[in-house]
Amino acid sequence: MRFRRRPTRLRRRIRRRDYECLRGAYGKRCTLALAPPGRFAWLLSVMENGVGGMTNQNDPQVVGVAPRLELQDITKIYPAVVANDGVNLQVLPGEIHAVLGENGAGKSTLMKIIYGVTKADRGTVSWNGQEVEIANPAQARRLGIGMVFQHFSLFETLTVVQNIALAVEEPFDLDGLARRIVEVSERYGLPLDPRRLVHSLSVGERQRVEIVRCLLQDPKLLIMDEPTSVLTPQAVRKLFETLNRLSSEGCSILYISHKLEEIRELCHKATVMRGGKVTGEADPRQETASSLARMMIGRELPVCQHAPAPEGGEPRLVIAGLSRTSDDPFGTDLKDIRLTVHGGEIVGIAGISGNGQQELLAALSGEQPLDPHQTYEIHVNGESVGNLDPAARRSLGLGFVPEERLGRGAVPAMSLADNALLTAHRAGMVKLGLVAGAQVRAFADRCIETFDVRCGGHEAVAKSLSGGNLQKFIVGRELLQSPSVMIAAQPTWGVDVGAATTIRQALIDLRNRGVAVLVISEELEELFEICDRIAVIAEGRLSPTKVTAETNQEEIGLWMSGMFPGVEDEPLPDRQELIDAH
Amino acid sequence: MRIRIEPRAQPSRLMGWLSPLLAVVLTLVTGFLFSAFLGMNPVDAFHAFFVAPVDDLYGLGELGVKAAPLALIAVGLAIGFRSNVWNIGAEGQLTFGALVGGGVALWAYEMEGAWILPAMILAGALGGMAWASIPAFLRTRFNTNEILVSLMLNYVALLCLSYLVHGPWRDPEGFNFPESRLFSESAMLPVILEDTRLHAGALLALVAVGLGWVFVKKSFIGYQMQVAGLADTAARYAGFNRKRMIWMGLLIGGAAAGIAGLCEVAGPIGQLLPSVSPGYGYAAIIVAFVGRLHPVGILLASLLMSLLYLGGESAQMELGLPSAVTGVFQGVLLFYLLAADLFINFRIRGATPQGLRSPSKPAEASS
Ligand SMILES: Nc1ncnc2c1ncn2[C@@H]1O[C@H](COP(=O)(O)OP(=O)(O)OP(=O)(O)O)[C@@H](O)[C@H]1O
Ligand SMILES: [Mg+2]
Repeated sequence: MRFRRRPTRLRRRIRRRDYECLRGAYGKRCTLALAPPGRFAWLLSVMENGVGGMTNQNDPQVVGVAPRLELQDITKIYPAVVANDGVNLQVLPGEIHAVLGENGAGKSTLMKIIYGVTKADRGTVSWNGQEVEIANPAQARRLGIGMVFQHFSLFETLTVVQNIALAVEEPFDLDGLARRIVEVSERYGLPLDPRRLVHSLSVGERQRVEIVRCLLQDPKLLIMDEPTSVLTPQAVRKLFETLNRLSSEGCSILYISHKLEEIRELCHKATVMRGGKVTGEADPRQETASSLARMMIGRELPVCQHAPAPEGGEPRLVIAGLSRTSDDPFGTDLKDIRLTVHGGEIVGIAGISGNGQQELLAALSGEQPLDPHQTYEIHVNGESVGNLDPAARRSLGLGFVPEERLGRGAVPAMSLADNALLTAHRAGMVKLGLVAGAQVRAFADRCIETFDVRCGGHEAVAKSLSGGNLQKFIVGRELLQSPSVMIAAQPTWGVDVGAATTIRQALIDLRNRGVAVLVISEELEELFEICDRIAVIAEGRLSPTKVTAETNQEEIGLWMSGMFPGVEDEPLPDRQELIDAH
Repeated sequence: MRIRIEPRAQPSRLMGWLSPLLAVVLTLVTGFLFSAFLGMNPVDAFHAFFVAPVDDLYGLGELGVKAAPLALIAVGLAIGFRSNVWNIGAEGQLTFGALVGGGVALWAYEMEGAWILPAMILAGALGGMAWASIPAFLRTRFNTNEILVSLMLNYVALLCLSYLVHGPWRDPEGFNFPESRLFSESAMLPVILEDTRLHAGALLALVAVGLGWVFVKKSFIGYQMQVAGLADTAARYAGFNRKRMIWMGLLIGGAAAGIAGLCEVAGPIGQLLPSVSPGYGYAAIIVAFVGRLHPVGILLASLLMSLLYLGGESAQMELGLPSAVTGVFQGVLLFYLLAADLFINFRIRGATPQGLRSPSKPAEASS
């Protein structure tokens, strides 16, 4: 008697917030005695679904439960390509479902259709077994769908809290919301300052905003389009804990990533897409990273050829005690940064986004020139470039891949040919002040071909490319200009495994030709794969560099929290010496 | 069949050119309906408006006389507009150019020589640039809005001119009319077509169209300005100097408008008056957009706009319509243009699209 009544009472209490999760699945650990109140729900689930629900607890394949989301025959046709071609997909409650595929396979397009951003030309979407028409994101949010976009959907001129206030449907109370943001972001290990303006945030921080915004909505289906592409390993760990918790509470997750290890670890199921079609399904826990990669790109995964660094390159990029107060009140001040990158080596800077990377990059690229009295603090090929503008620095041989690709690295509304001209105009494309169109097109074609950019040719506008393909184009454009110093921020952000290898290999080839390469990335694996030396930036300070072979991810991870030995004064090569070297 | 409007992959070039034509046709149709509605014979009205003004050599000359300043100004403005520099002050720059250039003519009224005219043109250009440099300075230094500043300066320029012709520069033998002296022979632009008023300013406009085309389509600085107009951050990343582009955009527009103003006073008018332009500076904004911010398009659009001016005058005389009819036609034209522009970025299609290819399966048509 008692036993029967109790769940009913419980059900009433729980229904208030997340009745949905009752029908979800729960972890093994969840016993009646230990579980927090909401976890009693498993009992209900068992009672409603029979023992079948119990035997399969670890897997969200609960028998007789309508899928949270079901797509049937979704087709989206863009003028140049069929982005989605008859896609069928089922996501069960509490399931973490990976969507895998090459750059341009149509993953983002599919997600945007689910979230109501894009309208499908054909096909149906069912939500909890009922066919629905999702006309816009607001409606999607009302259903309980949250989405983290690949290309962020934030208003740059608003603060974090204002941006989030736009998405949450509740009485307008910025202060209260700000407190909740701080609380939620700390709980989930994604620290955020709600008062900061979005335009001053690094891409990593923006990604945190997107994720926290979704978490605040208490979603039933969370769509994450490459959420970890610029997060640090620690943040990824935290995020996975969060996602696992959400999943165990019954929230379904659609997860897109090019990081196959993540998918193997996190996801219950994987759908593989190629050319807009579903080409396979797999249980990622049963697969290896290379078998997943094979399913994705249809061939073996290439590996980087990494020969030992050539010896004795001269210093090409020298940062000699660079200190700089950030213009942004919430930015990070750079404190006495010292670093020398020699010809023929790749130096990596690891660190959590927002620790001064942006300021350092802006100072190096020249987008934020130094104060006049700081001119001698940055040298490129022996010239002090502190107060030169980006154009002048490029003329000295600097190549630069920014972390933001749309709007910074490329003009969204211009064709790829015109985007090639953006920085490559020094390579003989301008004669007597006039643009040599044939050269520009030839360069763009070469870039498209060398880096296998999937697009409609050099006339395609940049914004019609998928994220990874545009990234390939921008990296290619910078690499093909044969720089003598190359600075790359997050060079493989959002690029599929095959293409990432291509880009990394290109950076290594560049180094082998004697170019000094500086890579700033949050992806430790990438840094360990390609770098000869690694340093860490934390709170605006740069650690000493370590030869990659003499350190490991644990040590670097520790350094990233700011605990590293002081920099032994790396003696600045004499100015004359620098000039003589050239 | 269901009709849908869907975005194009790339803006259609063809529609970019067709949309102004469509707008013109629709404007004509509207004019037809309009006159029928007013109880006139539409064919007569059409004839009075669009044919009568240009059915003789003199009329064609007039067409050029009015098209020249419009084309000149619009080419200059378009360069700024492409880089998001919104110079709405061409009327003021025109006025100030006329004032400065005309000042040179008045100062040199007793002199003779081939140098006078070039000096006046130069002075006109400098005057327009000086006037445009005010919004440029305020924008680059204090980040003020150049739309407001340049627009308000129009009235200031007009008042400056008015003050001068009412006061210090009034013709001593002019019976107290608010007019300056008549310019001397060597301060007047030569007529280039016998029996018309078509003057050398038209040649200047043609040269400006040519230079404008090279600047916009071929020059690197033109490309840079376009990048700055489309994506400011990308321009900064590439190291393009934004301030320089704002200055360029405004100064080029100012110089063109200043020369246009000078050509008016040294051409058809021949002296300084309190008002030297029937709103060319404003009409040129429409011309620039009807011409797709493209110099060749602007040339055609300026002819059309000039015809609207002439047609309005002719309609006043022959049909007794009020002069506001010119403004109505300008407005209707702009209205249709903006509407037709939809088809540059969107297209209409019916039912299910067929025959598109997926990139990975080139041979397979999807249905
Ligand atoms: N607005 C658009 N207009 C035209 N084509 C588009 C548009 N958006 C996407 N496409 C095309 O659709 C295809 C699929 O793009 P989508 O962004 O879905 O790829 P993706 O799988 O997310 O790739 P990535 O891993 O690089 O993010 C690409 O070929 C892309 O060029
Ligand atoms: Mg994508």
